[in-house]
Amino acid sequence: MTTKFTVIGQRVHNVDGTEKVTGSAKYTFDVVLPNMLYGKVKRSPYPHAKILKIDTSKAKKLIGVKAVVTGKDTLGRKQGIWRRFPELCDEEILCRTKVRYIGDPVAAVAAIDEDTAEEALDLIEVEYEPLPAVFDPLEAIKEDAPQVHDGVELNININRHIEWGDVDEAFQKCDHIREDQYKCSSQAHVCMETHDAVASFGHNGKLTVWTSSQSSYYIQRLYADMLDMKESDIRVMNRHTGGGFGSKFELDSAQFPAAILSQKLCQPVKIVLSREEEFTATKRRTPMYYFLKLGATKDGKLLAKEARVITEGGAYTAMGATALYLTGFFSSFPYKYPNYRYDGYRVYTNTAVTSAMRGFGAPQSTFVGESQLDMMAEDLGIDPIEIRRKNGMTPNYEVPGQAFIQSCGLHQCLDKIEDHIKKRGKLPPNHGIGVSAYGFMSGGIFNWFNTPYAFSAAVVRINIDGKVDLYTGACDIGQGSNTTLSMICAEELGVKLEDVRIFSGDTGICPPDLGAWGSRETLMNGNAVKRAAADAKRQLLEFAAAHMGANIVYDLDIKDRWVHLVDRPERGVSYFDIVKAAIRGKDGNAIMGRGYYTPHRKGMISPAYSFGVQIAEVAVDPETGRYKLVNVTTAHESGTVVNPLGIEGQLEGAIMMAGGYGYCEDQPMDDGKILNPSIADYKLIRSLDMPETEILEIDTYEPEGPFGAKEAGEGLTNPTAGAIGNAIYKAVGVRINDLPITPEKVFKALREKKQKAK
Amino acid sequence: MKKELKFKVNGQPYDIFVKPKALLSDVLRIELGLTGTKRGCNSSSCGACTVMLNGMAVKSCSVLALQANGAEVVTVEGLAKGNKLSPLQRAFLDHGSYQCGFCTPGMLMSSTALLTENPKPTKEEIKEGIDGNICRCTGYNSIIRAITAVVKGDYKEAK
Repeated sequence: MTTKFTVIGQRVHNVDGTEKVTGSAKYTFDVVLPNMLYGKVKRSPYPHAKILKIDTSKAKKLIGVKAVVTGKDTLGRKQGIWRRFPELCDEEILCRTKVRYIGDPVAAVAAIDEDTAEEALDLIEVEYEPLPAVFDPLEAIKEDAPQVHDGVELNININRHIEWGDVDEAFQKCDHIREDQYKCSSQAHVCMETHDAVASFGHNGKLTVWTSSQSSYYIQRLYADMLDMKESDIRVMNRHTGGGFGSKFELDSAQFPAAILSQKLCQPVKIVLSREEEFTATKRRTPMYYFLKLGATKDGKLLAKEARVITEGGAYTAMGATALYLTGFFSSFPYKYPNYRYDGYRVYTNTAVTSAMRGFGAPQSTFVGESQLDMMAEDLGIDPIEIRRKNGMTPNYEVPGQAFIQSCGLHQCLDKIEDHIKKRGKLPPNHGIGVSAYGFMSGGIFNWFNTPYAFSAAVVRINIDGKVDLYTGACDIGQGSNTTLSMICAEELGVKLEDVRIFSGDTGICPPDLGAWGSRETLMNGNAVKRAAADAKRQLLEFAAAHMGANIVYDLDIKDRWVHLVDRPERGVSYFDIVKAAIRGKDGNAIMGRGYYTPHRKGMISPAYSFGVQIAEVAVDPETGRYKLVNVTTAHESGTVVNPLGIEGQLEGAIMMAGGYGYCEDQPMDDGKILNPSIADYKLIRSLDMPETEILEIDTYEPEGPFGAKEAGEGLTNPTAGAIGNAIYKAVGVRINDLPITPEKVFKALREKKQKAK
Repeated sequence: MKKELKFKVNGQPYDIFVKPKALLSDVLRIELGLTGTKRGCNSSSCGACTVMLNGMAVKSCSVLALQANGAEVVTVEGLAKGNKLSPLQRAFLDHGSYQCGFCTPGMLMSSTALLTENPKPTKEEIKEGIDGNICRCTGYNSIIRAITAVVKGDYKEAK
């Protein structure tokens, strides 16, 4: 690149930073409106039951209660985010006839305060007829298993097949084949702000909603489906959002009941889920049974891989269909398998719904794949780095029939990590270093939501004082997209970051964007923002050319608020003067630029992929199995780094979440009841458990991305569980094939190993 | 029956009436409109509601408002002096020690209380000081770096 960036790559404060460190940032949780009521949701105590009768009369009589609603107050529609396939839209949110998991909503109350609403819940009498229930997907696919949804054969919600090459023939040519089984656990998102919404219907029949969300557009459209409204009569605003991680882009049990209650009363209704509801009745990471077969030549060339997966779907489809597909696709990552086959089944169970969570099926596939690959390397007597180098993806590689990978820095990452391991030198006894390689997508291509809109859009308005308003439907959920997108806008326009003010996540004023999921904002929305800024800039440069009397042979540009000839940068004029002239010359209209982005002809999965290699160092106490995460170092490439402080935060934060997935986070159940629905009981990594973290940045340039940038959000969640598993094995020689790798499991494995040795 | 609560919040005296079972966090948020203090669990496990009560960090979701009678409470809104941010606030900005920002008020209050009590904590003491606060976004290390920078004297108190 010959162009020097003036904004991109700078270590800047987030555009909303001062609001966040002063407590003035307004979250949905903080929204208070005149005449506002507080809502609460009544939920099923049974994993599977018929609703025979709901009596709300006593609750309605309680002083302070304004309304009680049940499924009968809805249009009785079923919704789901895979809108393209009506059979996958299977969730009523307020159940009318049947409940399918403990926590399924059956009624909701609006009252003058939370305490009154809570009290009213106990007065709602629901008569159930409990039905036989099924909790484990391996049980649910049996012939005589209870049916979670009528007419769904063997409870199989959806299946996926991916195949290329000739897998069976290739296995016959392999010198060595491994077959292994794994179990990947669930994980809760644990957003610090629980799901919440303030819904306000006016007497004009229009709905306004403040909600903590990853996609205002999806929520707007899903409301329209469920309420039989025009989507433009619904305004959804995502202000500051206290975390998402995949849990906040489907219509949820705060948003929908709040709207139904508000519709009845024409008063604003606020529902904030409790932490217990958050753990038991929102969506979660998909548990998976994994069966892997891997074949290689004796010098470590991987010839064939077969993956068979059965996932615990829980009660409804949600985003589980995507997780099922992506875990299958990413089971081939980040290696060049000439022959590959995947069969995945998502099975309905009477448990809390499993859906999207950061990494989206890839943390599971990376844990199992990287564990097995290390064992393969050991069987063959090959170094773990070497086997990854021998088979790793390279730039301009086509995953047969699936995807085209342009930029790929995997091999540079492997080199850097190898150096880093050498530098760490000889480890103390019972310490081990495990390696794990990964890749991830920069947003999804498949239009399962069935939107007619461009996937990303932005509008740029330049005002008379040269200040820039940027409008986009992108949602900042903490990942920093407001900052990254403002930086892209400022860079393209040639102004300073402080000249840009972003308005995002408000369907009333912003062009639609699919939102923050699948690590899509930087690449997809970034492209839309860059194009919108370029459109506005072109209009300015037309005036500049006339104003400067520049000959047509001169190319003009703007950098750092200076409009100039590209070849003779000293010849130029102030950006502010050109803006004033341009607006006058346009009949006094502010300069408006528009930009859109939808990936075309980029394969089936994503327009770009990022790569990395991570190592974890653990110190194990061989007597007790207790271990400490000492250090996690990641060599990572994400194309051009737009916002370095943001990427560091994504990386370290991912280690907290993915380390937790490997080490301690789990949702044990007893007959469909989650046993640890509180932060005290749900173990996650706190500051004292957090390992040292180091980042080794690798330079790459992604041709498809804005200024060469690509994903840096979710991919980082993929490697850590595998790195921990491999490190434990290096340290004390035991392998744990079911997550999380708790000290208790390590202890048991060590004891077994000792007994076998006797 | 509501009872009288006289206390100071961020230096401002208040004389109000609250229900005996009202939590300090709810009174700060709802009665006084100080919504910087968050609620993440309502069971003193996550630290998002941390405020300073007579100089000590407490989880305001587990303190009855009436227990603060006669006390001095500092919330995140009280950290800046006018338009001047506190050293910790500036350090958090520079080190990117926040993402979604929902835990940040509690995190700032725990670290402010830590440095009030122990201006020169070791790294381990810093980790212990914020161990009651969960952050799901940052992975803590950028927060620890920010506090360390303040301890080293990189950020002076605004005049």
